[in-house]
Amino acid sequence: MLTLEHFLTVGALLFCLGLVIALSKRNAIGVLMGIELMLNSVNITLVAFSRFSDGFAGAAQPIAGHAFVAFIITVAAAEAAVALALAVAVYRSRQTVEVDQLDLLKL
Amino acid sequence: MSELDIVGPQLAILLAAGAVLVWDALLPSRRQYLPYIALAGILGAAIWTSTWVIRGDFQTAFDGTFAIDQYAVFFQYVFAGITAIVVIASIDWVDRVGRRQSEYFALVLTASAGLMFLAGARDLITIFLALELSSIPQYILAGWGKDQRSSEAGMKYLLLGAIASALLLYGMALLYGFAGSTLLTDISAAISNSGADNRSLLVVASILLIAGFGFKMAVVPFQMWVPDVYQGAPTPVAAFLSVGSKAAAFAVVMRLFFEGLGEQFLSNDWAMIFAVIAAVSMTLGNVLAIVQRDIKRMLGYSSIAQAGNFMIGLAAISILGEHFVQGASGVLLFVAAYAFTNLGAFIAVIGISQRIGSDDIADYAGMWRRAPLLALALAICLISLAGIPPTAGFWAKLYVFNAGIQADLAWLVIIGVLNSVISAYYYLAVVRQMFLGEAEEEQRLAISPTVGLALGVATVGVIVFGIIPTPLVDAAREAAAIFAVS
Repeated sequence: MLTLEHFLTVGALLFCLGLVIALSKRNAIGVLMGIELMLNSVNITLVAFSRFSDGFAGAAQPIAGHAFVAFIITVAAAEAAVALALAVAVYRSRQTVEVDQLDLLKL
Repeated sequence: MSELDIVGPQLAILLAAGAVLVWDALLPSRRQYLPYIALAGILGAAIWTSTWVIRGDFQTAFDGTFAIDQYAVFFQYVFAGITAIVVIASIDWVDRVGRRQSEYFALVLTASAGLMFLAGARDLITIFLALELSSIPQYILAGWGKDQRSSEAGMKYLLLGAIASALLLYGMALLYGFAGSTLLTDISAAISNSGADNRSLLVVASILLIAGFGFKMAVVPFQMWVPDVYQGAPTPVAAFLSVGSKAAAFAVVMRLFFEGLGEQFLSNDWAMIFAVIAAVSMTLGNVLAIVQRDIKRMLGYSSIAQAGNFMIGLAAISILGEHFVQGASGVLLFVAAYAFTNLGAFIAVIGISQRIGSDDIADYAGMWRRAPLLALALAICLISLAGIPPTAGFWAKLYVFNAGIQADLAWLVIIGVLNSVISAYYYLAVVRQMFLGEAEEEQRLAISPTVGLALGVATVGVIVFGIIPTPLVDAAREAAAIFAVS
């Protein structure tokens, strides 16, 4: 039987995985994928809390978790659109999107 | 209808953002009026906010997710002022860039509406949406310039900003899981009902929240994007995000931590976390600022140090308990004073760097003879950043340090004072360079009238509030009073 803990564990693992990817990848697109993973782990966590909300004190707004997820998906899409546009702009002038080669800004 | 009335100021600004785009599409030959439409929207927002002050009938809207109260009103005025000054200072620059003028103003206005929504947000979803509404346009604006540095700055800002929002969201998800509600009032009620259960969940959530907002506030260890983005982004944009997103982050952190998490949760341990962040941010920011040769980069590091000063106020609030108001009003005063001072410094940099084509501090030598008014205004703003009287920055530091003393954080205040001395060294080094340095050329610099106007407003604000601080102090105290009840 699936309990809240299962969902939370998957969420936490995915979040850590995403964070590691986002911080270690050198390619900007790879970093972006790590960020998407983090955001989706947040979605899993929110939906799980929302679904199992009767276990919590109060639980005034069981549906708010679902609403939150809808907003996160939308904002993530907007953010990805801007990120890809910037990646294209950087690639056009530098022929690379490797983050560690973006080093024009220095002392 | 009455609920739309409550978000009227934000709607006025969003309406102006739409109007700017439509005007450009319909009347491309009358592009020169675009900034005035933007300013009309901001003025509309300020007037609408004023009607709420006059009505004095503060209330919440949309099931309590958004509030208009003294606190929100204070920040709405600050953001309206910041946006207006940025728009005026951008006119000249946008004209020279020449392309996509309407989109530039529309993005600035959208970001500004997001900042204003943050001021009154009392719900996790609203806070998240308002934060992204202000952040995403700022990512685009940072990459607005034509050169490689600008798109690089935009890319770095976006990637690190998105990681920070993800951390923030995970913290919010855990908070929602704890309280079963996204409303700050419900969360605070759930915390006081729960006693000692699930404390660890709350601790993890708060650490994630501090990390996420720490990025926006630009405090150590979440500061690495600041110098790069300030240096690479177009200067008017750097001016906007150096004050706008920082002030908004402090606005929402105070609401979230002191209204949402509340007194039952905050304790001396949290004050210590804030205090350590404050001490490290001030020291690191100031020490690294000394060695900078690029003035925008120097201002970037100095803004990290200034964020440390804000954090002294936050640490004091966490300790003070029922004396909340004193710390909170200190932080608010600092927000307002910092906003105008830092804007003034950046605008002076716009005025000078555009003409000499360099951001190098060495090229500012002898600026006093080439552009006396610009040099004088920049000197006043830098003196205010250093916290030397008679400027607004002096009173801001005084109140924040005073709150620190009241909260028995004498060691932190001593670090703060020492850091002010360090900061005075590099701020005054620029002033010395401008007034005593030998200019390589003697040619006078022309100031564009719009940059002059924006700079004049900011500098006069710094001086006037430095000589007569009482109105600003009273406003900050009134705005902070909302925390006293909760």
